[in-house]
Amino acid sequence: MASHQIRVTVNGTPHEAEVDSRLLLVHFLRDVLRLTGTHVGCDTTHCGACTVLLDGAPVKSCTVLAVQANGRELMTVEGLERDGKLHPIQEGFWEKHGLQCGYCTPGMMMTSYALLQRTRSPTELEIRQAISGNLCRCTGYVNIVKAVQYAAEKLREE
Amino acid sequence: MAPRTSPEISGMGHSMKRKEDPRFLRGQGRYVDDIVLPGMVFMDIVRSPFAHAKITKIDTARALKVPGVLAVITGETLAKFNLHWMPTLMSDTQMVLPTEKVMYQAQEVAAVIATDRYAAADGVEAVEVSYDPLPVLVDPFKALEPGAPVLRTDKKGKTDNRIFHWEAGDRQGTDAELAGSEVVVKQDLYIPRIHVSSIETCGCVADFDRAQGKLTVYMTTQAPHAIRTVFALVAGHVGLSEERIRIVSPDIGGGFGGKVPVYPGYVIAVAASVVLGKPVKWIEDRMENLQADSFARDYHISAELGAKRDGTMTALRIKTIADHGYTDAAANPSKFPAGLFSICTGSYQLGHAFAEVDGVYTNKPPGGIAYRCSFRVTEAVHAIERLTDILAHELGMDPAELRFKNFIPPESFPYHSALGWDYDSGNYAAALRKAMDRIGYAELRKEQAEKRARGELMGIGISSFTEIVGAGPSKQFDILGIKMFDSCEIRVHPTGKAIARFGTKSQGQGHETTYAQIVAEELGIPAAHVQVEEGDTDTAPYGLGTYASRSTPVAGAAGAVAARKIRDKARKIAAHLLEVAEEDLVWEPGKFSVKGAPQRSKTIQDIALAAYTNHPQGMEAGLEAVSYYDPPNLTFPFGSYICVVDLDRGTGEVKIRRFVAVDDCGNIINPMIVDGQIHGGLTMGMAPALLEEISYDEDGNIQGGSFMDYLLPTAMETPSWETDKTVTPSPHHPLGAKGVGESATVGAPPAIANAVVDALWHLGVRNIDIPITPEKVWRILHEKGVAE
Repeated sequence: MASHQIRVTVNGTPHEAEVDSRLLLVHFLRDVLRLTGTHVGCDTTHCGACTVLLDGAPVKSCTVLAVQANGRELMTVEGLERDGKLHPIQEGFWEKHGLQCGYCTPGMMMTSYALLQRTRSPTELEIRQAISGNLCRCTGYVNIVKAVQYAAEKLREE
Repeated sequence: MAPRTSPEISGMGHSMKRKEDPRFLRGQGRYVDDIVLPGMVFMDIVRSPFAHAKITKIDTARALKVPGVLAVITGETLAKFNLHWMPTLMSDTQMVLPTEKVMYQAQEVAAVIATDRYAAADGVEAVEVSYDPLPVLVDPFKALEPGAPVLRTDKKGKTDNRIFHWEAGDRQGTDAELAGSEVVVKQDLYIPRIHVSSIETCGCVADFDRAQGKLTVYMTTQAPHAIRTVFALVAGHVGLSEERIRIVSPDIGGGFGGKVPVYPGYVIAVAASVVLGKPVKWIEDRMENLQADSFARDYHISAELGAKRDGTMTALRIKTIADHGYTDAAANPSKFPAGLFSICTGSYQLGHAFAEVDGVYTNKPPGGIAYRCSFRVTEAVHAIERLTDILAHELGMDPAELRFKNFIPPESFPYHSALGWDYDSGNYAAALRKAMDRIGYAELRKEQAEKRARGELMGIGISSFTEIVGAGPSKQFDILGIKMFDSCEIRVHPTGKAIARFGTKSQGQGHETTYAQIVAEELGIPAAHVQVEEGDTDTAPYGLGTYASRSTPVAGAAGAVAARKIRDKARKIAAHLLEVAEEDLVWEPGKFSVKGAPQRSKTIQDIALAAYTNHPQGMEAGLEAVSYYDPPNLTFPFGSYICVVDLDRGTGEVKIRRFVAVDDCGNIINPMIVDGQIHGGLTMGMAPALLEEISYDEDGNIQGGSFMDYLLPTAMETPSWETDKTVTPSPHHPLGAKGVGESATVGAPPAIANAVVDALWHLGVRNIDIPITPEKVWRILHEKGVAE
């Protein structure tokens, strides 16, 4: 099996590693870098619990090879908080009770983060469409929608 | 109900933000697959492609040559330790790894241990297993036919595939009453096999420390203490003694009943760790989770409801065939093989009732009790609520009016049901009226009539359910003989802060927050300063775990009782400090003051410090207490749900326009968390009503074994739920609180099914079995000639 030297920047920190061709990005993040906020919930690319940002775009990291991330910028849930201050998305999920077991939460927040990069005033339908690649089994989505709306409002005020 | 405590204390009734969130929001939760131990190796499982087959050979030679593969474990390996079979919670037996034959597709056949998960997966591919296929039984009715092949040839003297026959109620009386009823409606209902699919699958890290002879297992379990005892009972003969087994249930990514059973994967990982002397991690993938872990439902129900012509219900008779798979591993209390299905008389005064259930073996994975079912209450409520609607339509009565006519009235509580339950409290009419007002029921009926005249299909469905949760009183309820109490241990520190441990285990229900609120309510210590822990069997008091919405009714009660024990001692210390008699003290949360002299007072913090620095002579130092709570009864939360649907005549799609849910779970600890439970529960009621199903083809191949076609609802399919409450406290619970976590999943499916049938009744449609997929509706629309 071929191995490759890769360089990636994760949450602003550069990393170098030697990885097998077949190593999935999600396992690179979790098992190699020990960034375990990104989760695995399925094996068919449906659940989105592994969503991270690759050069700013949300991707399901179970469906990207680590080598494909070579030379690129990644952002994970661990990168949301800045200087000890929660990102408005994190704050929104807390305020609006947008999480229960917490397992879909990191992926859900990364997708929402990307949505709010595109638009600061999403409608409820736009939010629901945006997160339709992220399954949640606990919340029934109602409070997740409210959490994203809360974050959008916070970001508009900033 | 206005909260009694200040927001700073945040006792009951405060929508306190969750204490568990800061770690989850930062990606700092600690779930099983996040755990890495020194020297840890990985396990992966070889699974059967056949539903029923003899194993003729397992060849491990090629697998053992795969780089990174350390060992392959088979049934023969486990048989040496007599661990190839294990007991189930229903006193049946289940294979850990087979030595002769497989009984369902995806059954565990062998396990590969390797240095990492990729190598383990390679090893699985390289294990060569030869099978001789055997006749497959997937239809439980066929399995019961005379001459059907007997599946459990391992059970000596077993001559058929019947697991059990259970019945409740008065058969003769019910038969007679039904025979004399003016109207009898009869309906067969299939409640299909579904799966909880918590987003985190099952897994564990088993760590046997040879030097200490101690086993630690980090695992996805909802009942860690029971698991510890089961491990000790099953593996005691190989030296695993209970004081040297530590089960840790860390953060769990959703349970929903799917993480109650002991799965073979856990046992094999433990055996592998004992054999290899290394920590062994096993994390199943989604397909394994769907295909092999505990399913839910799979009840074939035949129900009859009798009534007078004026709509007064007279009698209910239900016969059910229950498909349990190849072994009865249903996670029931031991005396309840059909769970609490006998709650099927529902919210109604029914003088006569009889219910019977026959459990049947088939070539499918085991399970049955899961997915917010409260031990088969989902099935019971579905049956009575569907039959009630059918009766209303048959009589030409409004379904709401029929319910009002038959509700158990508030003054009749505690109400003794025909099938033996003593409902604690209820005001069913108030909840239904509230739901009707909120949704504008009368106007909706008008709109429906107008639409029907125009050929549009709109339906309104009601479900007025009664739940039964909080198992349970020791007289009736036990798991493998262990009574279904639960427990709490609270220790107040010298500075007035506290740690509280419980015998339950949250999987997202917010126990770390709500239990702290219970302690805050009772002691006045701010909830922010009450550290709640669960899940570590070395530290938490013994409990039966979290499932069937039992945490608030049982452990919540234990929390209140333990806190009150502390308060009793605190009162003695306060009396000592203030130099007055105990009777002269008045309590308000957080403070004892002298009657008539409120300025003379001692706070709980003063008292805590005194308990360690200046305790009264003759009293033990310290301030702590424990309670093991044996509930006197279950709690019976209830609710009324109303759903409005519009059917697309072109595609058959059911669109939920509105869904109003009025729940009553007695006194509420944290309204925000209750609402979240209901939102999730409603979504898990909608999913089996419209989307989810697992079925099997004739050869026993699973259909719906991955997220490709097991359809979990996304935010797009999920309606914006509208929730409301009434409050009817449980008279026997120390806090007046009832369980609620499963109510919505129990109550929602019949509201949706009733709404769809309501939209089609005038066309001669009486029933559509769930899930009501677009295809099923589309076919009906074409059959009735109303498709667009």
